Formats: sequence, C-alpha cells, structure tokens
Amino acid sequence: MKAIWIIAKRELGSYFTSPVAYVFLVIFLLLTGFFTFTVGNFFERGEASLAAFFGWHPWLYLVLVPAVGMRVWAEERRAGTIELLLTMPVTTWQAILGKFLASWIFLALALALTFPVVITVNVLGEPDNGIIVAGYLGSLFLAGAYLAVTCMTSALTRNQVVAFILSVVICLFLILVGFNPVTDLLVRWASPGFVDTVAAFSVMTHFDGFQKGVIDTRDLFFFLSVIGFALFATGVVIRSHRAG
Amino acid sequence: MIRIENLVKAFGARRVVDDVSFNVERGEVVGFLGPNGSGKSTTMRMITGFYPPSGGKVTVGGHDVVESPLEAKRLIGYLPENAACYPDMTVEGFLDFAAALRGLDGDARKKAVGRVVERCFLGSVLRQSIDTLSKGYRHRTCLAQALIHDPAVLVLDEPTDGLDPNQKHEVRILIRELGKTKAVVFSTHILEEVDAACSRAIIIDRGRIVAQGTPEELRRMSEIAGAVTLHAAGAAADKLAALGRVEKLNGSFRVYPKDQGASAELTRQVVELAAREGWKLDALRTEEGQLDEVFRRITLPDTVKK
Repeated sequence: MKAIWIIAKRELGSYFTSPVAYVFLVIFLLLTGFFTFTVGNFFERGEASLAAFFGWHPWLYLVLVPAVGMRVWAEERRAGTIELLLTMPVTTWQAILGKFLASWIFLALALALTFPVVITVNVLGEPDNGIIVAGYLGSLFLAGAYLAVTCMTSALTRNQVVAFILSVVICLFLILVGFNPVTDLLVRWASPGFVDTVAAFSVMTHFDGFQKGVIDTRDLFFFLSVIGFALFATGVVIRSHRAG
Repeated sequence: MIRIENLVKAFGARRVVDDVSFNVERGEVVGFLGPNGSGKSTTMRMITGFYPPSGGKVTVGGHDVVESPLEAKRLIGYLPENAACYPDMTVEGFLDFAAALRGLDGDARKKAVGRVVERCFLGSVLRQSIDTLSKGYRHRTCLAQALIHDPAVLVLDEPTDGLDPNQKHEVRILIRELGKTKAVVFSTHILEEVDAACSRAIIIDRGRIVAQGTPEELRRMSEIAGAVTLHAAGAAADKLAALGRVEKLNGSFRVYPKDQGASAELTRQVVELAAREGWKLDALRTEEGQLDEVFRRITLPDTVKK
C-alpha cells in the first residue's frame, strides 16, 4: 500500500512541475464551459440540471484523458527509468496502480474545479443535487475507464503519440457501440438482442444511469471491471517486454 | 552474495546470454568486460530482477531473484545503463523518492539522503532539476540512488560511461572503496578500469564467458607476456634468435620466450648476451602483457563472422 502511495505521489508531483498540468486544467475548464453553455444551450434549456454539462463528458474525455495518460508508461520506457522503478523493491502491480491512481487523482482534481457550474445552477434554480453528485461520480468512473485504457496503450509503445492515438480509437469504440445513432443503424441488420449485448460494452450505456441520478451497482461494476481488465492487460504488456 | 548458475536469456531465437555462471562474494569487485552487445547489460538486468531469465538461476544473498524478488531487490543497489533518472525531479526529490521506496522513513531517510549527497558530492546541485545537470552530475545522482540504502550488493552498468577523466578516476576510487565491504559487479568496455578497480575480471563475448581471472592472470594470457624488448646500439637479430623468436620493431628488438613460464630467465639471458657482445643498452623491458591485446584476441569484433 505504502509503495503505491509513494509512486503515486511522485507521479502526481511530476504533473505539476511541468506546465503541462496547468495547460491541461485551463483547456479542460474552457472546453467544459464552452460545451455546457454554448453548444449545450445551458441557459436556453430552462431546466435546473447539469445534463448539458455531463452529456458532453464522454466526448471531451475522449481526447483529454488520453492526453493525460499517454506519458504514464511510454515516457518511462523512453527515458529508461522503468528499469530503475521495477528494480526497486516494488511489485509490477504496485507500480501500475500507483501510476494509475496519480493520473486519476489529477483528473478528479480537474473535475472538482468545475464546481462553479454547480454553484451557477444552484443560484439560478433548484436542481436535484443528488443527481449532480451521481453525475460527478459517473464522470469520475468514466474518466478512470478511459485512463486505464490509456495506461495499457501507453505500456505498448515508447512513443506517446502512438499511445494517444491508440487509446482514442479504443475509447471511441467504447462510446460508439452504445451511441444511439450507431445502435439505430445496427438494429437494421442485426437482432435487437445482439445490439443490446454489444451496447452493454459501451461506456454510454453505463454512464446514462449516473446522469439520471441512478447509482446502479451494475454500472459501477462495469466501470471497475474495465479499469481492472485494462490494468491487468498493462501488467501483461510490461511483463512481456521483459520476458523476451 | 551473488550466485549465478547456467544463466540463459533468449529473445526469440537469439541467445543473448548463454550459459553464464559465476559468483561474487562480499569484498570483491568484479569487472564485467565485453564488446558492445555481448550480453553484459542483459546479465545485469537479470541479476537485478528486471529481466526474468530464460533459463538458469540467480540468487542474491540466498534469495532467488525470480521466486522472492522483493527480498533480493532489497539487497541490491543498481545503476542502470545511461544512468536513467526522472528528469523532471530535483536531485533532492529524486533521492528522497528512492529512499522512500527503499522503505526508509523520517530521520533515517534524511540521514540516508545526507550521507549519499556527501559521498557523491551532490551538495551544490541539491535543488536543481535533474534535466539541467551535466552528465557527470546526473551519473552521480543515479549512483547516489543506488547507494541510498547502503546495499550489500552493487550492480553498476557502465558507471564511468560518458564521464571526463577526472570523474572517471573519482568513480573508480569510489568503486574500489565500496568493494571493501560489498559485493560489486560493474560492466565496462574500458580496459584500464579493470586495473584501476577490479579484484577479478570476467570477459564475456556473444553471451558466453570466454575468460576470467585477476587482472594479472588475464594479462599473462597475452602473447607478448614475458617477452623482452630491448633497444641497444649494435644489437643483431641473428644473435638474439638463439634465445627465442625475434621481432623487429622500428629500431628495437623483441624476443619471445620459447615457453611462457621462462620469462625471468629470458631477461637474464638477454642481459648476459648484450654484455658478452658489447652492445650498448639504451632500454630493456620485460613485457607484462597487455589487456587490450588479450581482449582483442579472445573477443571477435562484430565485423568478423564466425
């Protein structure tokens, strides 16, 4: 446990010693604001909810989360520090978890900094704050799932750009299989049962519940298993580099 | 402390390390020599548990590196090739991180950092970020990391690579000093380092050990070991030929002993011959043998195909 925290702390520190973290936070906040208020028509909707805010998260994270996570292992391999880290008295999974947690905490911080939108909606009307809390929780798990996928692609390559593109493609796939326009198309030549099965693998399907204020254990389980699977795959990839 | 038995590492069909066995005890400094790509780094990576071996066994302080990696790793301090450090950290932050991962806390951690900072002369760059350091300082920072928990075993992959002659000298002295109480293995392709720091050297080529012994023993394997070189006015090759094979080297002669063991005798014979013939000796030297010649002879360059 302690080793995980030591690694996470170092990783988190390295975000903030470079300007990247601040640039990212600013871009994230600008984009969430832009999508919520301009594209999402927050004011014109005339409802006291953050649907316009959370609805964009799967798409926003599609680009922003891989940007945060792409360096996690790729950089470590490029600089050769992976050798230093893994010859310390730590296990591979402690290193994987530590690095994942650090990036997740960073994303959680970015998400927390969107608090003015909660204040805004509370000033303007009387929203159901329970739904908002559920939305935030769902959003955090959504980011975690994307991040775990990015950790995996980052372990696959020394090149951060390749890691970025790979994870965007995989995450896009995770969105599209449950994205309504796509499922509507699929229904035309596949049985509804098949479409539902495929859609069950989508983050959209499972993020919907949170947006409605429902914290379903099945949705939580889905996100946790995506995270678990992707991190397990990360371990396999890292081990296979060394096994030759 | 380190026991290596029949170690093999294969990447695909290529055997990078092929049946390597040796031991290193406390108080020994073993130099690991070999041309580039001979398997030095791969062997070290297996000792430190970074690569799992494809065959054979490594134990460090009695702990099998594969079966109980954490116990083995705790005993090892490792300087990876090119002294990789986290470039965005300060020297102090990096050493503190290394100490924390080594399980040092509070006062013990502070003391450990202070000790290695002093030992590796890092006091002036403590708060500098690692990517702004010169190569010499970066190397020393990484070396400090390897020493932070005062390990019983030190594995150093090319510790003097890229350093200037003064820094090389300092590192060699440090290695020799550390070798008094620890088991040290370091790799190099600089032959003078063997003399400067090692109590034993192992030469590896294409993944196999091709020679090992003390620096003196290795030197004696040289062709010219025991030969006598003389520069004298009036010296004649045909007279010297009675003592052994003679080679002319611009202005001087080199006489090779008839058999390797008889070098002391040969020197005496040459001196007597010179006195008898009335040659005026300017210089006379008994050759000790040269490591680089031994090295070249037993390791084939990459360009030569077997």
